[in-house]
Amino acid sequence: MFEFSSKAKQFAIALTLVGAILWLVGYALNGPSSSEGDHGSEAHATEMHEAAGHDSHAEDNHVDHSAHDDEAHGDYPGEAHAAMIEASMDDSHGGIHSDHDAHAEHEAHQIANRPWSALYVAAFFFLGLGLGQLFFLGLQYVAQVGWSAGILRIMEAQAFAIVIPLIAIAIIGLLGIGHVHHMFHWLLEGIDEVGHPNYDSLIADKTSYLNPVFFMIRIVIYMTGWIWAAKTLRKNSLLSDSGDGLAMWKKNRGVAAAFTVFYAVTSSTSAWDMIMSIDTHWFSTLFGWYTFSGMFVSSFAALILLTLYVKSKGLADWINENHLHDLGKFMFAFSVFWTYLWFSQFVLIWYANIPEEVTYYMQRFDEYKVPFFTMVSLNFIFPVLAVLSRPAKRVPGTLIMAAVFVLVGHYMDHYIMVMPGTVGDHYGFGLLELGAILFFAGLFIMVVFRSLASAPLLHKNHPMITESKYFQQ
Amino acid sequence: MGHTKHNPIIRAIFNDDDIVLDAVKDLRANGYNVSEVYSPFPIHGLDEALGLKRTRLSTAAFFYGLVGLFFSSWLTYYTMIMDWPQNIGGKPNAMWFLNMPSFVPVMFELTVFFAAHLMCWSYFAVNGLYPGAKAQNPDPRTTDDHFLMEVELEGEETDLTAKLQELGALEISKIEA
Repeated sequence: MFEFSSKAKQFAIALTLVGAILWLVGYALNGPSSSEGDHGSEAHATEMHEAAGHDSHAEDNHVDHSAHDDEAHGDYPGEAHAAMIEASMDDSHGGIHSDHDAHAEHEAHQIANRPWSALYVAAFFFLGLGLGQLFFLGLQYVAQVGWSAGILRIMEAQAFAIVIPLIAIAIIGLLGIGHVHHMFHWLLEGIDEVGHPNYDSLIADKTSYLNPVFFMIRIVIYMTGWIWAAKTLRKNSLLSDSGDGLAMWKKNRGVAAAFTVFYAVTSSTSAWDMIMSIDTHWFSTLFGWYTFSGMFVSSFAALILLTLYVKSKGLADWINENHLHDLGKFMFAFSVFWTYLWFSQFVLIWYANIPEEVTYYMQRFDEYKVPFFTMVSLNFIFPVLAVLSRPAKRVPGTLIMAAVFVLVGHYMDHYIMVMPGTVGDHYGFGLLELGAILFFAGLFIMVVFRSLASAPLLHKNHPMITESKYFQQ
Repeated sequence: MGHTKHNPIIRAIFNDDDIVLDAVKDLRANGYNVSEVYSPFPIHGLDEALGLKRTRLSTAAFFYGLVGLFFSSWLTYYTMIMDWPQNIGGKPNAMWFLNMPSFVPVMFELTVFFAAHLMCWSYFAVNGLYPGAKAQNPDPRTTDDHFLMEVELEGEETDLTAKLQELGALEISKIEA
């Protein structure tokens, strides 16, 4: 039986409090004069405005550039690249904000968005840690998996980590609707009113889906469905300890099957709503899978760390290197899967070079170059090399190393999904981001450890518990 | 594969994988050298029970994959950039690196191709499986539902056969070295 020691409890509470305080201090300090240093918002806006004006000249030459390329001369590699940069600069800093005042306001919005974006990235990251394992837990029943029966209780506990991030996301959504921040472009006032200064005909066409009421309804549907699944799977699993294990397992299989169908749809739609709608003009059809694969692989990293922590307490000796090997394989496989989706999304957009799509990546290449490439190496190259070989997946050391790479990498991935659309180039990693991570990490530990401690770590009557104990590979 | 031919070999046939696994552990604990087991399917834990060294095929596969990666990089460089520069879709083609994203599918496929094929051939070569090679299987029933174990005979033959019978062997035969 796992015990949530008072020391661990204090640690978790301290993390939460320190995180909250850091975030609040960061919030108080956040502003054009402090975090941006000499980059006053007004001066910066002017400078960017001039840049945008310059770009519109370059824009005229754009056509010529493409014409050159079409003639298959293209021996100057910079051409297509330069054209892409211009397109992106024009979209993010010129375009509808060509008026100077509007531009300054836009800059001010971006700076004001940063605390909320920092909170949002951390909330979404920790949501992924729970949601990935909730889906994996469901999968164990649907696919009638035997080897994992001894780890189910840890997965169940980790699945509850979705609750607090979901609440946080709902609150941040409501604040956006109340215009406290401007993370979601489509929430701007008058976005679909013809003649309004904020009017955007492209977004106006999408407002039947992207409107505050329907958005909140969808968030509530996700919360209800996911939390129901986590609670029901847990409830039946606890009932099986005192009752008929097989009957409860069958019941859970039904619950898991229903959840899997529900999640198949909501994993995509939630990614559109929570993340993709930030870059409202941009869209990608595999964004749902891309987001899901990132959540899934980071949840495996967290599960590995959690399992090793439980084992380090001398508990759960039925979980041995064979089970770790399988968890390591999942983490390895899904970091490759994530890369596959990341690259598929990127290469199609890069190759087609359609301005409305390519702006998304140009902004990330221009303004987020270092985090962007660090993130790809952390999420692909490092984990692949660390846990490629069989022995590496069977010892804690390499697994922990790879898990930390994956967790850091996927925090950065979520950061790069959210930040460019909300704060533009006013990004950084400071009190706000660190505070938000610590805050949710503390709550994560609190929720997961509490539910770990509330039940025995081993299913008593799971029909495949013996198979799990003697699992070998 | 190459067991030492100094001692006569005792062959025992079993009809259950768990019994074979227990028998191997028992015999080795008693100092016998179990030189080979023929089985219709892989038995989990048998490698360890037999004390076999881990295969180096997986390490080889990693390097085969690297060979594929380098070959495909060279191939795309030579064909698309150097020998006959091709402009497809207006992508920068003066440097291999700038056009690299479009080559990733080729690089990926050739990495897999090299790793898989060379690994297969290495396996055949190491095991002496070439076209027309004679089957080394001592008893065709081991491809269906029986298991055959070869034990080197050390000490009294009657001791070993008694032991094997006690462990559940159905048939026992002796092969002179």
